[in-house]
Amino acid sequence: MDINLTLIGQTIAMIVFVWFCMKFIWPPLLGAIEERQEKIAEGLAAADKGQEKLEQASAEAEQIVADARKQATGILDQAHARANEIVAEGKADGVKERERQLAAAKAEIEQEANRAREELRGQVSAIAIASAEKILRREIDEKQHGDILGKLAAEL
Amino acid sequence: MASEGGHGPQTSSEYISHHLQNLQVCKDEAGAWVWNECAGNPIAINVDSMFWSVLLGLVFVWMFHGVARKTSADKPGRFQALVEIIVDFVDGSVKDTFHGKSRLIAPLGLTIFVWVFLMNLMDLVPVDWIPLAAGAAGIPYMKVVPTTDVNVTFGMSIAVFFLIIFYTIKNKGVLGFIGELTLHPIAPPLKGPGLIAAPFIIAFNFILESVALLAKPVSLSLRLFGNMFAGELIFILIALLGIYQLPLHFGWAVFHVLIVTLQAFIFMMLTIVYLSLASETH
Repeated sequence: MDINLTLIGQTIAMIVFVWFCMKFIWPPLLGAIEERQEKIAEGLAAADKGQEKLEQASAEAEQIVADARKQATGILDQAHARANEIVAEGKADGVKERERQLAAAKAEIEQEANRAREELRGQVSAIAIASAEKILRREIDEKQHGDILGKLAAEL
Repeated sequence: MASEGGHGPQTSSEYISHHLQNLQVCKDEAGAWVWNECAGNPIAINVDSMFWSVLLGLVFVWMFHGVARKTSADKPGRFQALVEIIVDFVDGSVKDTFHGKSRLIAPLGLTIFVWVFLMNLMDLVPVDWIPLAAGAAGIPYMKVVPTTDVNVTFGMSIAVFFLIIFYTIKNKGVLGFIGELTLHPIAPPLKGPGLIAAPFIIAFNFILESVALLAKPVSLSLRLFGNMFAGELIFILIALLGIYQLPLHFGWAVFHVLIVTLQAFIFMMLTIVYLSLASETH
């Protein structure tokens, strides 16, 4: 319980330990702690940034999808319009073709009819001439009345 | 009695005083070094206190330096995490209290806290174990808790005391230090007829402030010493109770864990506070 040299010994021991701690223990430990704190702060900031970027990217993606959808709708509308147009064109063509064919048929029919009429006329006139000849053989000289008969045949 | 296997039959008071006796070596009047006959001799060393205190200091240095040497910021191990919690705790305490810039204060606080804690922790080793082992090895006395030795606590508080003076002079100058001792708490009149009273006022201030200054290391060391000595003494008294000591010892040990930590913390905190007061400029 007396005060003795232990006191000085303890003071010296304390100075040595504190010096050692100050020199070799405290700086690396605190350095590591501070470095880690910095790293954690950086990591959190990076995570925040990443989150922000993710939000930005998803907004962008949404925008792109919306654009694409709009474009697709546009294309679809265009295609519909084009299809309608094509159908209308086809219809118009069909009508035209039908009319053309109709006209051709009519023309052919007319031609045929004309031809038949011509033929008929020839035959009728021949028959008329023949019948007239038969009738007139007795009374009319064929040579005398031939021009009149020809005129008749032409009028038929 | 807990003295079975000791040195034959003992009375309670012999048992207690044996436990409170340091292992000492000193120089007697003839100039020779003698063991354990040192009562009242100031040229003596308490070998057991020094041994345990230096050993525990080395344990502190070994543990913390081991971590500090291979410390990494990336992946702390469990032990590194523990050490870093302590370091961070001390660093926080220092930063809260001490606003100046000093490379010394924080390591000083860490050393004091851990070292005093480890020395106090020796109190939890059952009081007979190490003395009996030492007795078996032929060492007559062995007091294992260095902080129950007033020399050890005074040794540390005197180092703190000199640091207080050093910081005061460093931050306020020699004149500032002298002024702090003489011009407070009553400001002496500097002119007029009151000038006659100035020397008395300065003398009064000096006495008052000297006591206040000296009270810092004294209270710092006696607080720690008193707490640990009383705790140790109660452990010794409990050890005298025979079989009933077990629940009592457990209860007191649990309570003592608190005191051990608290006293270490108080010693560190007051050191920081005193040094921050010393370096504050008004």
